[in-house]
Amino acid sequence: MRQALEGSLAVAKAVALCRPGVVAAYPITPQTHIVENISKLVADGDLETELVSVESEFSAASVVLGAAAAGSRAYTASSSQGIMLMAEVLFNIAGLRVPMVLTCANRAIGAPLNIWNDQSDSMAMRDSGWIQLYCADNQEAVDSLIQAYRISERTELPVMVCMDGFILTHTLEVIDIPEQDKVDRYLPPFAFDRRLDPSDPISLGALVTPEFFSEVKHSQHAAMQKALPDIVDADKEFKKLFGRDCGGLLAEHGDEEATVAILTLGSIYGTLRAGMEAHKSRKKVKLIHLRCFRPFPEEVLMAALDGVKDLIVVERALSPGLGGIVGTEIRAVLSTARKPPRVHNVAIGLGGRDVPLDMFSRLLEALKNGSIAEFSVFDADLSRLPEEDR
Amino acid sequence: MAPNASKIERLKELRDKHGRTDGSVLPDPADPPKDLRQAQPRFRGLEAGHRACQGCGEALAARLVTEAAGPDVMISNATGCLEVFTTPWPQSAWRVPWIHSLFENAAAVASGMEAALKAQGKSTKVLAFGGDGGTFDIGFQALSGMLEREHNVLYVCFDNEAYMNTGIQRSGSTPHAARTTTSPPGKARMGKRHLKKDLLSIISAHHIPYGASTSVAYPADIRRKVRRAMEIQGPTFLLVHSPCPLGWGHDGALTIEIARLAVQSGLFPLVEMERGEVTDVMPIRKPVPVANYLKAQQRFRHLFAPDDPRALQEREHLQALADYNIEIYGLYSEEADPLDTDGADTVRRGGLAN
Repeated sequence: MRQALEGSLAVAKAVALCRPGVVAAYPITPQTHIVENISKLVADGDLETELVSVESEFSAASVVLGAAAAGSRAYTASSSQGIMLMAEVLFNIAGLRVPMVLTCANRAIGAPLNIWNDQSDSMAMRDSGWIQLYCADNQEAVDSLIQAYRISERTELPVMVCMDGFILTHTLEVIDIPEQDKVDRYLPPFAFDRRLDPSDPISLGALVTPEFFSEVKHSQHAAMQKALPDIVDADKEFKKLFGRDCGGLLAEHGDEEATVAILTLGSIYGTLRAGMEAHKSRKKVKLIHLRCFRPFPEEVLMAALDGVKDLIVVERALSPGLGGIVGTEIRAVLSTARKPPRVHNVAIGLGGRDVPLDMFSRLLEALKNGSIAEFSVFDADLSRLPEEDR
Repeated sequence: MAPNASKIERLKELRDKHGRTDGSVLPDPADPPKDLRQAQPRFRGLEAGHRACQGCGEALAARLVTEAAGPDVMISNATGCLEVFTTPWPQSAWRVPWIHSLFENAAAVASGMEAALKAQGKSTKVLAFGGDGGTFDIGFQALSGMLEREHNVLYVCFDNEAYMNTGIQRSGSTPHAARTTTSPPGKARMGKRHLKKDLLSIISAHHIPYGASTSVAYPADIRRKVRRAMEIQGPTFLLVHSPCPLGWGHDGALTIEIARLAVQSGLFPLVEMERGEVTDVMPIRKPVPVANYLKAQQRFRHLFAPDDPRALQEREHLQALADYNIEIYGLYSEEADPLDTDGADTVRRGGLAN
């Protein structure tokens, strides 16, 4: 049913549709509305789940780990500092290969303290071993969440669904909330082979010495790569039942014969799309939404960049001392391409800095006049900085 | 509390599955079991053959706790010696479902397991195991949260009074003046400068249904307290004093003796608390001088240095701490000991008798 819903409420409803046995969370802006809405659903009897209101994000992640290991579908959500506090557990969950889903309401990491959106939190978890899906809009946040459980439970890899804080979580959009019976058909009840069970005791989380550690890590890496077709399949099956998809590993929009491409992750995709519609000439330009960042969809990306001469990678995070994170990875992937495009890398919208509609035109303009650097914080106003910091 | 029919069925199923008898069926003399352990008339949650040091108090305590708790449990284990010596992959000494995640989250993982079991409508009891480092220090917040949220979990802290797994560093539980590798005695210091954290009082201040201290020197006491906790729906806590021969510097054969001296001197009082109130204590008939306990361990050797006035001062300080415990908990008693009825059910322990 199509409804005008705040992103967080829509996500809470999607969580309920997945029938989690345990939900654990700790409040942090801008994730709060998600857990508040889940709490309301539980209080109203619309969601039967064990809601554990923990004393920290560290425990939130630990509780969902224990719950999933004990055989219940589990959900948690967090942001920014909360994701950082969870970090040790997140790596642990992925290493233990315990399936679950986490929503990351993307927010900048301090200092300086900043509660607004960028993606430095989920990017910091890049190497944690979690599958990462980025959402361009709230419909995708709902659909990706449901898909995430299917992916996670098939691959035994945890999935982080990333949605931009405030820009998505606190924004009202018309959203189609799927029907429960269809979701039930799409998502069979949780059955975890390695669950803790006194009838068949196992030991989970043993000490692994140098003798076996490399093999464990190899298989974890291989499992991530093998998850790529599962992610595509989850999206295809979703389309069969619900009539829409999220683009699989990445979505494209614009001229198929494009020589210029702008690649981004998250809600900026929608902003650039709207900017593109308003732009006078859209020929030879396309937009790419990198929905799946981990595992990295190398092949699909290479195919999407075929014929592209200039690629602008737009991201909402950076690695101080290096530059872009996504941009750097794409450069590495393209190093084996026959005719790689020139890669231009910009960070924009950091810490909630507004990304206006004319950003699309400004990026193309900078490309045209050659003022776009190999990497820059594109929307920083250097005149506000002392001379020596520019 | 009489176990209900489904619980009995459940235990029987588990026993059959794991090839254990509960003592009611004697092995056939014509067909003796190949492995003597198979003839043991009791359930063992933690099997022999693990890699603990000789005389490890924690290993013995963990076996006693899991034996008394029975097979219908799940364990969340903090990082530490117990986790390392029981599960060097691909081996495991555990006969019950067991998970190790991190150092500081045993209580939170246990909370999640309990929530899941609740959601699934199961009655399996969740146990959380941690050392003193994982309980007094780094895992304290998660433990406090677990108690406050009233999860039906029995948390057991095996207290050997330092970070033994990493090589004997001081913890919040290390006694005053003890030598560790991060509180070495020297010209300017006499070992650990601070007091052992009074964890049980802090736990008790959560007003949980049951919290107690016990010692590996008193197996019957451990069993009784575990069973007591197992019957309670809600958060319960056990602090088990468990000597570490390596860290404390004593012969592996003296573990029990030294643990007993800690109790009999009053330094480690065995008390039971319900909803924040002390309800029972293990009485001491003839308090042993603390010096007897200290002398037996290398970690207190500097307290016996001749001609060092600081040594005498610290010994007096520790004696005062023991005297204080005896006074505030009313440990001293001249009455006759109560009858120890523990042996009555040991042949069936872990079986239906529990």
